[in-house]
Amino acid sequence: MTTREIAGKTVEVNEEGFMTDPSQWDKEIAVELAKEEGIPELTPAHWKIIEFCRQSAAKTGAAPTLRNITIGAGVSTKELFALFPKGPAKKVARISGLGKPEGCV
Amino acid sequence: MKTFLILGAGTGGTMVANKMAQHLDPREWRIIIVDRDENHYYQPGFLFIPFGIYSTADVIKPKRNFLPPQVEVIFSDIELIEPDENRVRLVKGERVIHYDYLVIATGAHLKPEETPGLVDGGWYKNIFDFYTLEGASALSRAFKFWKGGRMVVNVVEMPIKCPVAPLEFLFLADWFFHERGIRDKVDITFATPLPGAFTKPRASSILGNILAEKNIHLEPEFNIMEVDNDKQVIRSYDEREIEYDLLVTIPTNMGADVIGRSGMGDELQFVPVNKHTLQSNQWENVWVIGDASNAPASKAGSVAHFMLDVLVENILRHMEGLEPQPKFDGHANCFIESGFEKGILIDFNYEVEPLPGKFPLPGFGPFSLLKESAVNHWGKMMFRWIYWNMLLKGEEMPFESQMTMAGKWA
Ligand SMILES: Cc1cc2nc3c(=O)[nH]c(=O)nc-3n(C[C@H](O)[C@H](O)[C@H](O)COP(=O)(O)OP(=O)(O)OC[C@H]3O[C@@H](n4cnc5c(N)ncnc54)[C@H](O)[C@@H]3O)c2cc1C
Repeated sequence: MTTREIAGKTVEVNEEGFMTDPSQWDKEIAVELAKEEGIPELTPAHWKIIEFCRQSAAKTGAAPTLRNITIGAGVSTKELFALFPKGPAKKVARISGLGKPEGCV
Repeated sequence: MKTFLILGAGTGGTMVANKMAQHLDPREWRIIIVDRDENHYYQPGFLFIPFGIYSTADVIKPKRNFLPPQVEVIFSDIELIEPDENRVRLVKGERVIHYDYLVIATGAHLKPEETPGLVDGGWYKNIFDFYTLEGASALSRAFKFWKGGRMVVNVVEMPIKCPVAPLEFLFLADWFFHERGIRDKVDITFATPLPGAFTKPRASSILGNILAEKNIHLEPEFNIMEVDNDKQVIRSYDEREIEYDLLVTIPTNMGADVIGRSGMGDELQFVPVNKHTLQSNQWENVWVIGDASNAPASKAGSVAHFMLDVLVENILRHMEGLEPQPKFDGHANCFIESGFEKGILIDFNYEVEPLPGKFPLPGFGPFSLLKESAVNHWGKMMFRWIYWNMLLKGEEMPFESQMTMAGKWA
């Protein structure tokens, strides 16, 4: 485990760059992490998904999987890929300050 | 009389039946196991069928042979589980079973219909799976007369059972086409939703190199949206297209439909459990072994075996009014067949990714970890004998349930 600075705050991250303490997260951090993931600007559509993921993780203790997100946040898989290209579940988890979704073992 | 009920008599359920028969007093307990199918399938053997290495006879045996005489075996479809009532409804004779303890071992199953176009056109003509006996056998017939072209292997979504099986299929295909003298006429692509060849970073880079050495093209982060049967392409959500002449798919894997029908599963019909104790999160007399659980461990027979001791101990503790112990560490151990009579062995758990080194196995080993060797290939071939003769009976195996770091290069 290491620490790094994002948006002027020091936070804990793992080897893959996922924050390990969701309580250290805030919206400014999300904006910076989104840029690192190649998303220059977070629109309301992005925020809706991020909010859903934060709430879902607070309840279950784990970042939601792709299917959790499409069913729970009411977006189509296609839309989700347009918002967070390539690996949306992983990307949105990282931007939302959550661990890597456990679906991939 | 109290009832210990096991649903599913595959790898996990069979092991639990054997273990519990040793522990439970037959004057106090009756053990019942239910499965729809009288045959037991050695699923790891399906991998070898397309290449003519195993035949159907090598992978099927009657389930009854592997279950102890004092266990009541019912062959029926399971209609519904009603965990609030401690009750299970069967299809056959509309029988209702009331249980004191329930072990769910209903496995993971293929859902090709989840992907648009997958089963509507070329299914079992130029599109095949090898995760079922029917698919593997159909593919073996197709391979016999195939003259070459573009073969695409696609994993639809994670998790899948035996996550290394698609890589093994690729390695064996490379070897098979070499042997048939048509390797230069076959173009092999592996399209996967993962960012690399495998889930864990170290193993992914080493296995990725082996793919490259064998001239197998890797298309990472490919999330399939649909199969276009007319154009013979698979299309991803980000509009990438890959052309195929022969498509080998690993379709969506989901828990049994009865789990979904009974409202006991997550969005993929896997049963939520405590990943260290294997007890259901919702019902304290319900326990889950093998592929049916949502534990973020590999879905593999070896994992079901490592779950067994923890599960049985915890159930026995629960019967005595003791707390379950959080002993399951996600331990997985897989031989990866890499073609040309070589194999690779990986060993990992929830915390530790597969590492290179040596796997000490008293009496057998050592096996090289994350490296090709002939010994690892023989380990894989021996696994079938171990599976039928030791593993299903829940016998002591020469390895521990918990992972050891001995011999690993961290
Ligand atoms: C191609 C392939 C290669 C593999 N290679 C390996 C390997 O090399 N090493 C390894 O360790 N593992 C491997 N595996 C994985 C391994 O086979 C599984 O993880 C293991 O069999 C899981 O055991 P289980 O008891 O959870 O489920 P299963 O063995 O699948 O048993 C589930 C049982 O439940 C029954 N069932 C389900 N629903 C109902 C219902 N409604 N009514 C009645 N019965 C029902 C089914 O009939 C079945 O018998 C491989 C799998 C495949 C497909």
